[in-house]
Amino acid sequence: MNLLAYRNGPLFKRLFRKAAPLMKEQHERVGRKLNFMEVCGTHTVAFSKTGVRDLLAPYVNLISGPGCPVCVTDQSDIDQMIAYAKCEDVIVTTFGDMMKVPGTKSNLYQERANGADIRIVHAPSQALEISKDNPGKRVVFLGVGFETTAPSIALTLKKAKDQEVDNYYVYAAHKLTPPAVESLLQDNDHKIDGFVLPGHVSVIIGRDGWRGLEKYNVPAVISGFEPIDLLTSVVLLLKEMEKPMRVIQNNYQRNVREFGNERAKNLLGEVFEVYSPSWRGFGKLPESGLTIHSDYEEFDARKNILAVKPKSRVVKGCRCGEIVKGKEGPFDCKLFATACTPDNPLGPCMVSSEGTCSTYYQYERQKHSLSK
Amino acid sequence: MCLSMPARVVEIGEEKCTAIVDYLGSRIMVGVELLEAVETGQYVLVHAGEAIQVIDEEQAIQSLDLWKELLE
Ligand code: SF4
Repeated sequence: MNLLAYRNGPLFKRLFRKAAPLMKEQHERVGRKLNFMEVCGTHTVAFSKTGVRDLLAPYVNLISGPGCPVCVTDQSDIDQMIAYAKCEDVIVTTFGDMMKVPGTKSNLYQERANGADIRIVHAPSQALEISKDNPGKRVVFLGVGFETTAPSIALTLKKAKDQEVDNYYVYAAHKLTPPAVESLLQDNDHKIDGFVLPGHVSVIIGRDGWRGLEKYNVPAVISGFEPIDLLTSVVLLLKEMEKPMRVIQNNYQRNVREFGNERAKNLLGEVFEVYSPSWRGFGKLPESGLTIHSDYEEFDARKNILAVKPKSRVVKGCRCGEIVKGKEGPFDCKLFATACTPDNPLGPCMVSSEGTCSTYYQYERQKHSLSK
Repeated sequence: MCLSMPARVVEIGEEKCTAIVDYLGSRIMVGVELLEAVETGQYVLVHAGEAIQVIDEEQAIQSLDLWKELLE
């Protein structure tokens, strides 16, 4: 398999030598560094981890966007999820990166230490199995994620219905990425020259899923995650900048089809319905989330399990709300790497491995202090 | 959470709901119900326990060749 070819060091270097003059030229033409946003948290990690961010730094500022699902989840949703854990007969099942996300009063990790039954799963299908193994309990799966993750959760709901499982519930807080990007494009304060669009969201929604952005005539490219993917995607953005009319470019064709994964999209349409949830930092965004369809309402935790949450508020000083919009970066937060660290995270951006603060803590912090 | 990994299909389950894949030498069971069709030997992209796409190997090579042509 030739996938590792996208990591090939010597080839990367040769391509970079050709790409550098293009970047320089564009940099000079515009008269400043170009601002490209990587929407996806996994891209934020990839740019840092591979060193591509540093190589591009003389010409390009890479800004992290709203691409970490845990980070964009509203505080009130986080509090609601923690409230379920406090219910006597409930087992909460979740992906691991939700455990340390600070709620207003506690987090799931602390609740587990206090005796709550909280189980980390790697796949939603495991949560359904836990339901079947624990007939006397109600099992709630915390449905956090974008278009990539939602199909695997939709599958569990369909199976729960087929198999008449009566103790499985999902708290659906799924988000759709294009509406968030669109909201950034409508914000006149933002100076973003182009977008690196999330590859794995695009596997599901296809290039077609982004067509709504074309009316803004902004350069945007769907990208993979290997060094050569990252570099060539930036080159494509530069080339798009020169064109009067821009279309969404697909630079991840080995995985992204024009219309995405039709089967997964149909399933999402059957099990979920689009609604307008609140996002951290953004507030309410129209038609930007998936909630459980009324045909599946017997599995909707919101409708079936009463758990009272405290009045929500975020930690004073935490800038996650601005960071997910790309308006600030981790170094703008006074708490970064002082009071807030991965061991003691004060906001979600420091918890999730795709969170901007956690990525910058791991890869960018040292360089920043050296450059000061 | 958003991490998706490429893995090679080693064996497909009887009902075509699951498959055993090889990821960096370990064998893992994943769901394949989100795929239209899949065969052993193909590479798939796995996310949250489900294969979400069959990787187009030919396209992988073609795209890279195109970049080589454009930039070299
Ligand atoms: S460093 Fe911590 S407190 Fe500051 S924005 Fe990031 S997560 Fe919030």
